Amino acid sequence: MKHLLSIADLSAQEITSILDTAVSMHEVQDRDVKKLPTLRGRTIINFFFEDSTRTRSSFEIAGKWMSADTINLTGKGTSVSKGESLRDTVLTIAAMGVDMMIVRHPASGAPQQIAQWVDCSIVNAGDGTHEHPSQALLDAYSLRRALGELTDRHVAIVGDLTHSRVLRSNLLCLRKLGAAVTVVAPPTLMPSGIASWAAADGFAVSYDLDAVLPTVDAVMMLRVQRERMSGGYFPTAKEYAVTYGLTSGRLARLPAHAVIAHPGPMNRGLEISADAADAARSLVLDQVSAGVAVRMSILYHLLAGEGNAQ
Amino acid sequence: MKRTTTPPLLIRGADVLGEGTQDVLLVDGRIAAVGTQARDDAPTGTGTLHAEGLVLLPGLVDLHTHLREPGREDAETVESGSQAAAAGGFTAVLAMANTSPVTDTAEIAETVLDLGRRAGYVDVHPVGAVTKGLAGEELAELGLMHRSRARVTVFSDDGRCVHDARLMRRALEYVKAFDGVVSQHAQDPRLADGTACCHEGELSGRLGLPGWPAVAEEVVVARDVMLARHTGSRVHIAHVSTAGSVEVVRWAKKQGIDVTAEVTPHHLMLTQDLLAGYDPTFKVNPPLRPTEDALVLQEALADGTIDIVATDHAPHARQDKEHAFVDAAFGMLGLETALGVVSTLMVQPGRMGWADVARVMSTAPARIARLSTQGQGITPGAPANLTLVDPTRKGTVDRALSKSLSRNNPWHGRELVGAPHLTLLRGRVTAREGLVWGGEA
Repeated sequence: MKHLLSIADLSAQEITSILDTAVSMHEVQDRDVKKLPTLRGRTIINFFFEDSTRTRSSFEIAGKWMSADTINLTGKGTSVSKGESLRDTVLTIAAMGVDMMIVRHPASGAPQQIAQWVDCSIVNAGDGTHEHPSQALLDAYSLRRALGELTDRHVAIVGDLTHSRVLRSNLLCLRKLGAAVTVVAPPTLMPSGIASWAAADGFAVSYDLDAVLPTVDAVMMLRVQRERMSGGYFPTAKEYAVTYGLTSGRLARLPAHAVIAHPGPMNRGLEISADAADAARSLVLDQVSAGVAVRMSILYHLLAGEGNAQ
Repeated sequence: MKRTTTPPLLIRGADVLGEGTQDVLLVDGRIAAVGTQARDDAPTGTGTLHAEGLVLLPGLVDLHTHLREPGREDAETVESGSQAAAAGGFTAVLAMANTSPVTDTAEIAETVLDLGRRAGYVDVHPVGAVTKGLAGEELAELGLMHRSRARVTVFSDDGRCVHDARLMRRALEYVKAFDGVVSQHAQDPRLADGTACCHEGELSGRLGLPGWPAVAEEVVVARDVMLARHTGSRVHIAHVSTAGSVEVVRWAKKQGIDVTAEVTPHHLMLTQDLLAGYDPTFKVNPPLRPTEDALVLQEALADGTIDIVATDHAPHARQDKEHAFVDAAFGMLGLETALGVVSTLMVQPGRMGWADVARVMSTAPARIARLSTQGQGITPGAPANLTLVDPTRKGTVDRALSKSLSRNNPWHGRELVGAPHLTLLRGRVTAREGLVWGGEA
């Protein structure tokens, strides 16, 4: 593995290998001295063309705990905002001798394009409305910890599916791990072509959250971006919360063993009630914690794994 | 402008329009004789061109070219674009108005005309903007542009849609006074806004690219043919890209509405799956559509529902394409490869003959633009604007060899069969096998 651009590029075996390695990486978090020598002498650039708190700090901590030299760059104030082409910008950074670029970009496909222009490893840390593979891996890790193996487990992914990169990566990841998936949203927030897509990739589509909830082992709520509310996607926040929110009332419809996931940040009272967000079965904070371990595992597989050892 | 005398030329044994071998004599920039008469009439000093196996067509006319000058001479100039056109077998191009400044006055139209004449490779006819600054708010000086030396007859805000129905109605009404035509870039800006860059469907859903739904084109085509019927005016639909638009145009023609339509070589042959790698070379407006649409477009071209092939040649400087896909410029090159695409896709499999190619790439576009010296038959007295085609020549497209200043060539690496052998403007050779010959100045 040289890059992590899309879950589509990973086999089920590779996904499992990343998740298994993350288990041992997770133990580092409990140590007094959180430092592994694995990536000593390696330079990682966190190149974030779009604001991010949790993903960027998670990758940064992962790199530092593995002794890599990590540097953060943002799109703001860089040559990109001064009119330089994306290609020239990343070529300039890559020419400084970096081993890996972790890229967050508001445009779908940007990490894929960058991977064709530079020689170093590229990790997609979220590209537009396309993918967020490290998030999907950490979600799978958290679900696996809570539910065991995901084969034949049923996961509902609920919310603004059109604009969610988390959806696209999670669909691929969960299906590769053998889980059944149902996506739930109003028709206006379903990605275009969802019917043929679902038929091709073997997942279900529903507009009825109440009908789906009793059948799930996990429900993954996605953030509804406030700016969508003026876009005519749904009438009001209240209507959305009543129809598609994980309300306190809907908590009771979940099977006793079912867990709740949310990639954050959460809109409490909109897509998820405070009761649901803070419930004992909520994995929200576990997901954050798992994020560092999974990203350590990703760095390990790309920079120190078999075939990458120096 | 200095003009040199063009020596007489006898073209021997060319397959005229693909319908029979003939000799053709060119004297003083015109066709002097066709057939057995040609050899007898050849004056002393006539050069001979052996054209056995080559097809002779009236010079190709492109109704939809972007030459970028004035304003973006780093991407293309009138001269470089004219050279690309000549190399592609064209003898005339209609230069779109979205330059900087916009071609929305008689003065700018005359500037473009003069740049074309100075270059001398093809006739460059400026297209006038429909609205001032392409802003879609007030009519540009349509009449003054027509009354200028440029004699502008085609008007378009191409790159943008004239989306205000009332303004479109007024434009259609106004150009009737001088038999003008409005060429519409059909794109409802509310259904496909500026970020839309991929055909809306499963692929755009998977790639997370903002979708450009087919209906955004179709509703404007439907509206405009109804406006054309109401006003009794001529409307031309630029770069038709969907099966639904074809259906509307077919219906409108049956009703007797004065509508014409064009298809680009790329919408005929290339499809949306090329976007899977996010390569901005394939980013174009309207976007590449699914295979089913391309098949309908091919059929509509063959049966005459779509009148012409137009290139939408859209050169871009490298830096304007080397961005993330959604941020990169729309457009692709087309002048040098258009004939090869039509030949490969339509002629070689026997779906169209060379006479049909003459119709869709020369006669009809010249008629739509009301050009009196282009797109004429190969008959005595017609201007010697001609293209000799080698129908069997195979070649792999190499973007490095382009005469254009830009390299955004979606055909790079593809093999095309059938290529221009010789381009003649008023009897003078402007291009031979891809190499251009000196301009007229």
